[in-house]
Amino acid sequence: MKLAYWMYAGPAHIGTLRVASSFKNVHAIMHAPLGDDYFNVMRSMLERERDFTPVTASIVDRHVLARGSQEKVVDNITRKDKEECPDLIVLTPTCTSSILQEDLQNFVDRASITSNSDVILADVNHYRVNELQAADRTLEQVVRYYLDKANRQGTLNKSITDKPSANIIGIFTLGFHNQHDCRELKRLLQDLDIKINQVIPEGGSVQNLKNLPKAWFNLVPYREVGLMTAIYLEKQFGMPYISTTPMGIVDTAECIRQIEKHVNKLNPNQTFNYEPYIDQQTRFVSQAAWFSRSIDCQNLTGKKAVVFGDATHAASITKILAREMGICVSCTGTYCIHDAEWFKEQVQGFSDEILITDNHTEVGDMIARIEPSAIFGTQMERHIGKRLDIPCGVISSPVHIQNFPLGYRPFLGYEGTNQIADLVYNSFTLGMEDHLLEIFGGHDTKEVITKSLSTDTDLTWNYESQLELNKIPGFVRGKIKRNTEKFARQNGITNITIEVMYAAKEALSA
Amino acid sequence: MSNKISETLTFECETGNYHTFCPISCVAWLYQKIEDSFFLVVGTKTCGYFLQNALGVMIFAEPRYAMAELEEGDISAQLNDYEELKRLCLQIKKNRNPSVIIWIGTCTTEIIKMDLEGMAPKLETEIGIPIVVARANGLDYAFTQGEDTVLAAMTHRCPERVSSIDRKDKTIQDQTIQDLFSFLPPKKKEEILEPKKLKKHPPLVLFGSLPSTVASQLSLELKRQSIQVSGWLPAQRYTDLPSLGEGVYVCGINPFLSRTATTLMRRRKCKLIGAPFPIGPDGTRAWIEKICSVFGIETHGLEEREQQMWESLKDYLDLVRGKSVFFMGDNLLEISLARFLIRCGMIVYEIGIPYLDKRYQAAELVLLQNTCENLCTPMPHIVEKPDNYNQIQRMRELQPDLAITGMAHANPLEARGINTKWSVEFTFAQIHGFTNARDVLELVTRPLRRNNGLENLGWTSLIKKENESKV
Repeated sequence: MKLAYWMYAGPAHIGTLRVASSFKNVHAIMHAPLGDDYFNVMRSMLERERDFTPVTASIVDRHVLARGSQEKVVDNITRKDKEECPDLIVLTPTCTSSILQEDLQNFVDRASITSNSDVILADVNHYRVNELQAADRTLEQVVRYYLDKANRQGTLNKSITDKPSANIIGIFTLGFHNQHDCRELKRLLQDLDIKINQVIPEGGSVQNLKNLPKAWFNLVPYREVGLMTAIYLEKQFGMPYISTTPMGIVDTAECIRQIEKHVNKLNPNQTFNYEPYIDQQTRFVSQAAWFSRSIDCQNLTGKKAVVFGDATHAASITKILAREMGICVSCTGTYCIHDAEWFKEQVQGFSDEILITDNHTEVGDMIARIEPSAIFGTQMERHIGKRLDIPCGVISSPVHIQNFPLGYRPFLGYEGTNQIADLVYNSFTLGMEDHLLEIFGGHDTKEVITKSLSTDTDLTWNYESQLELNKIPGFVRGKIKRNTEKFARQNGITNITIEVMYAAKEALSA
Repeated sequence: MSNKISETLTFECETGNYHTFCPISCVAWLYQKIEDSFFLVVGTKTCGYFLQNALGVMIFAEPRYAMAELEEGDISAQLNDYEELKRLCLQIKKNRNPSVIIWIGTCTTEIIKMDLEGMAPKLETEIGIPIVVARANGLDYAFTQGEDTVLAAMTHRCPERVSSIDRKDKTIQDQTIQDLFSFLPPKKKEEILEPKKLKKHPPLVLFGSLPSTVASQLSLELKRQSIQVSGWLPAQRYTDLPSLGEGVYVCGINPFLSRTATTLMRRRKCKLIGAPFPIGPDGTRAWIEKICSVFGIETHGLEEREQQMWESLKDYLDLVRGKSVFFMGDNLLEISLARFLIRCGMIVYEIGIPYLDKRYQAAELVLLQNTCENLCTPMPHIVEKPDNYNQIQRMRELQPDLAITGMAHANPLEARGINTKWSVEFTFAQIHGFTNARDVLELVTRPLRRNNGLENLGWTSLIKKENESKV
């Protein structure tokens, strides 16, 4: 047993549901008690989804506990099959069903006989993997299922497209800025004259999965989800994959160079040279390279920062801060414990310390100890920052509704570098402003504490009383000031001293 | 299901395939209500993730609740439950020193048959803090019923009421002590003496968790009819739980407290006053009248007070009159809210409700029926354990002006041009008593007011053609 208040990554079934509901026309049925379908709330609220989330529950209640699910799960699957005619139904176990140890595979086998949809059981162990690992696994499972099926039916198309093309793997629902990143990646590939074969799972159709091998290579922008699928495709079809996240100028260039290598290997007739494109984008299209040279960024030199997030984002942001902006990353860390080795290797030399934990209090203590000028982390670090008065830029999930902006905010590609530069710069200036305010004793309180902005009043506060007023906590200060002035006017006093303040207080409380 | 107008209330029961919150969500409001408590939810990551997401920012305010997260070793009984819980509870005692620890049992503890009730008394004596066990799990209950299980468990912890003679002595003694403390401000003294002016009636304890301002508003309403509320379950502090026993009258303020009511009657020998619930001016009046009638007290000025409230609501009533409502059902407040809205002039097509205790809600159901008859409004269908899929089909046919629904369906329905109000807000808003009737209508009319402005812009339906039929 573990005393826990908060967690970075959710339970396994959330990952499965995120992948399933990202595909078009795929329905997930959870084997779960009443109330476990809050995934629908998250998707509907956070992503502001217009359509009903294709997730329902086959409810586990007292009766199920006593007699087993019996026909219930099978009935629910066939019912959904009739109502919505999905291509695929994914039966999703939860923590509850995994201890019930019912033979869910048997239900799936029975249901697939009667239903037109394909039916599979998500193969994740609730107590061993978290949300991200489960998502990775489920995506691979779905892809494998459909490629095996196509192989059996002989409809598998192994020949690659005439022109260079790519699959983008790992864009999905409730992912941090995934929609924007996807658009940016498509634009990047288009600039390189590479066709998009498929994007999965977001908006993808399971019926098209058999065409995945037609692409020349796979692009896996995030380490957390998609890597298993890419590795499977490499093993099975010899498809190369690129897992360098195109985040930041250096890594975006690195990613493009890898694409160049793969494309040229498969294309004997024509040799692509992307170097001019990289140069043009770096120096003139993206503003980030110029920004890092400008005197604004000079002011950030050697400033202390702390980074924490999922492995992909934390590693990339650490590299950007240290390598591209000259910021001192005092500590960087990730909650992706299962990917710790990779993470350590990535940030080697870019950070003084490395913290691998999924305990938010440890992260909080680390931040309190280091006292950085800015934090780049998740929503949790934002709140830690609030308590410690340190500005924070959110760079990774877990996220809140404000991290699903309506405007275009990619983190990847060349537009992404601009967005990140803004995020970093704004976090630090706010910190600097704050710092200056402290040195010079805060904003001019005259404006803050009255309801009008004009300063002409018939009353004058002497120096001592003003000092006293400033000591009063901000949220009641305005009220105290108004009450004191009201009292002064009632009693014909024009010069407010500490004595008058106290008299007013007594008069009011009497 | 036919949509024809029926003469009496019709009750149906569907598949129970509906969306609601897990009952462990009750810790969200109960830990704030009971100031010296600590809630320990014994469950898995799934429970924790739900609380974290459902309660949003509250988690960051160092809440007085936590998960005892079960790991693989706990499930397979490689670890000793008792020792594990003891370790966590000692940690809680050291860090927070609460007056009570409330263990919330979940689906998992239920399935692995963890004997929380058995362990609690042992651990209680060992660590010296009361431990209350409530099984608020999704196998048995929905959303607000979580509070019901906690209050029912707490009922056993209320002190036994001392006999009336002893009590008299005690009050006299108390007053002499009060006199000794003559430095107490005069106002407070008056308050203490005031009960003398009130008519004599047996002690009345109200049950149901309300924000303290709403609780005192209701107490004050009763005081106007010379009724003294002798205690609330729960009180602001665990140490202030009301005394119960034979001869104590109890009355519920929320429709989802049937277990608590039963426990009060059967185990503590209290007398239950079955009344409609004080939601809306009509409900509040009926609630007070019922309590008064039980005590043989004649009410005064109630009718005027209700009338006054209705007049002050006029601007909202003009907005809602003649509009139709569909309750999908998820928090058990539905019957009372529907009754109030019908009285406001609305037409209710369907009242979905997770669970309906016809005995505990009897007076409320009668009031609902009477309200419909008096206003010649068609009787709504009451659908217990609704099926959300079927409900959406019915809604597509009926096109109600407003759907009161959970958050999972709100945005998709709005995109299909149906105004929605999140039902959860009624759980967290202040909706009880005369004064707060305005707040209920504020909530109900908000989508109507907002969408009135958007009506003529031509983008009511915001979904793609191919998704229209999808649920």
